[in-house]
Amino acid sequence: MKIVVCIKRVVDSNVKIRVKSDSTGVDTSNVKMSMNPFDEIAVEEAMRLKEKGLASEVIAVSAGPMQAQETLRTAMAIGADRGILIETNDELQPLAVAKLLKAIVDKEQPSVVILGKQAIDDDNNQTGQMLAALAGMPQATFASKVELTDNAVTVTREVDGGLETLKLTLPAVVTTDLRLNEPRYVTLPNIMKAKKKPLEVITPTDLGVDVTTRIKVLKVTEPPKRKVGIKVPDVATLIDLLKNTDKIL
Amino acid sequence: MTILVIAEHDNAAIKGATFNTVTAASQMGGEVHVLVAGHNAAVAAKAAARIAGVAKVLHADASGFAHGLAENVAAQVVALAGAYSHIAFPATASGKNIAPRVAALLDVGQISDISRVVNSDTFERPIYAGSAIATVQSEDAVKVVTVRTTGFDVAGQGDSALIEIVEAIADSGNSKYLGSEIAKSDRPELTDAKIIVSGGRALGSSEKFNEVLTPLADKLGAALGASRAAVDAGYAPNDWQVGQTGKIVAPQLYIACGISGAIQHLAGMKDSKTIVAINKDTEAPIFSIADYGLEADLFEAVPEIVRAL
Repeated sequence: MKIVVCIKRVVDSNVKIRVKSDSTGVDTSNVKMSMNPFDEIAVEEAMRLKEKGLASEVIAVSAGPMQAQETLRTAMAIGADRGILIETNDELQPLAVAKLLKAIVDKEQPSVVILGKQAIDDDNNQTGQMLAALAGMPQATFASKVELTDNAVTVTREVDGGLETLKLTLPAVVTTDLRLNEPRYVTLPNIMKAKKKPLEVITPTDLGVDVTTRIKVLKVTEPPKRKVGIKVPDVATLIDLLKNTDKIL
Repeated sequence: MTILVIAEHDNAAIKGATFNTVTAASQMGGEVHVLVAGHNAAVAAKAAARIAGVAKVLHADASGFAHGLAENVAAQVVALAGAYSHIAFPATASGKNIAPRVAALLDVGQISDISRVVNSDTFERPIYAGSAIATVQSEDAVKVVTVRTTGFDVAGQGDSALIEIVEAIADSGNSKYLGSEIAKSDRPELTDAKIIVSGGRALGSSEKFNEVLTPLADKLGAALGASRAAVDAGYAPNDWQVGQTGKIVAPQLYIACGISGAIQHLAGMKDSKTIVAINKDTEAPIFSIADYGLEADLFEAVPEIVRAL
């Protein structure tokens, strides 16, 4: 069976972002970009399923600018067999991405589609669920454990009070949470091998998808700053402040 | 305009997050209805009807809703969506799981985790782990949103609204609930708690995490939280994680013990009213947002606080 993994090129999680002074957005020029951390977990999980003999092919898909090819090469270095870039410089919102991915899924007919639960730039947490709805598939989001068989996928999910386990028929969509796995380090030999793996570049027009945005960003601003705090010398001072000054205790 | 709030509940009671979501809905400029999709959920529906500001409750009852399966709840919402200009979910694990299915099936965008309602089509929401706030405007006819509960007050109690039984949609049949591991605790829920005691990887083990922090949480009637590092290391369960991809909290008092203060953690707690940080690393980034920073070894300081209280 085939597994499709969807990945996004985002600002690296270690970067301290800066809001542009004209409030039009976040300054991403000359900033380090990486594969979204949850998507790395998704690629890793797909590879583990393939290495267990449960999948025959892992296809990595990304939608974005030409530079997203680098992110796809990283996915292939982790082990994906081939990559597909849906290339566009247009702003892509989750609904549009879900429609693009649905077109790929219709073509490739995977048994499982794995995505990261959210991208750490927009923090939307929507694409996987939207894809599942459009493709008429069941979904298991925030996965911390995945067990795959020929005709079902059993997923343990992290939910607000703890854990929940669902069993889905195939094909199904899974989105990854932090503790699903720890992604492997990419080795130099695998990076070299990845350069030779097939990477197809297509456009939204090729897929017949309208990617027009539905949500307009009016402005992007810095969050309100907290007033500067103080260091307290000892526990007694702290408790006095909390009890008598702030009256919280 | 009419707003449909999708209630979070356990078939007997309405969960706190729904109350904040009703408040958000009431700011969107129309009548507020609440959908209770559950199994043997009449008691929950009655409770929903008593939330202040709610004009009507829709109650859909079927075994397929017993565990809030996204495929089923989303289909139910879509079946009712025609009458609504806005559909609002709390940004809980459940709300986040279901809302995007609804948006996609209605062919509209979704605005996730709104922290403020500017007007009926414009909202603020945090991006980049809360390092920036985006003000966004929906251009769709139906606005589907998830609501960051810390941005809105809890709605009070009011007169009982009308409860209308609606026909439940059929089970999708492609997802089966197998079971849960939900911790039972006498502590307040993290997202509702007035005081939170939170621990980082410095605690070193789950035994120490409990041994050192539980007495403080007990004394304060507090909820217990944790950093991602502590959860990854197995010192605390996953549902205690506070941060960008965990729980978003804004209690009266947040006490961070041995938490360095990575941006991703701050994303989950920096709207707390008062932040106390206890860390022996003088350079820990947490001190930059703490109101009161105590540079001390938590293994000494926390028991000392417990003794002094």
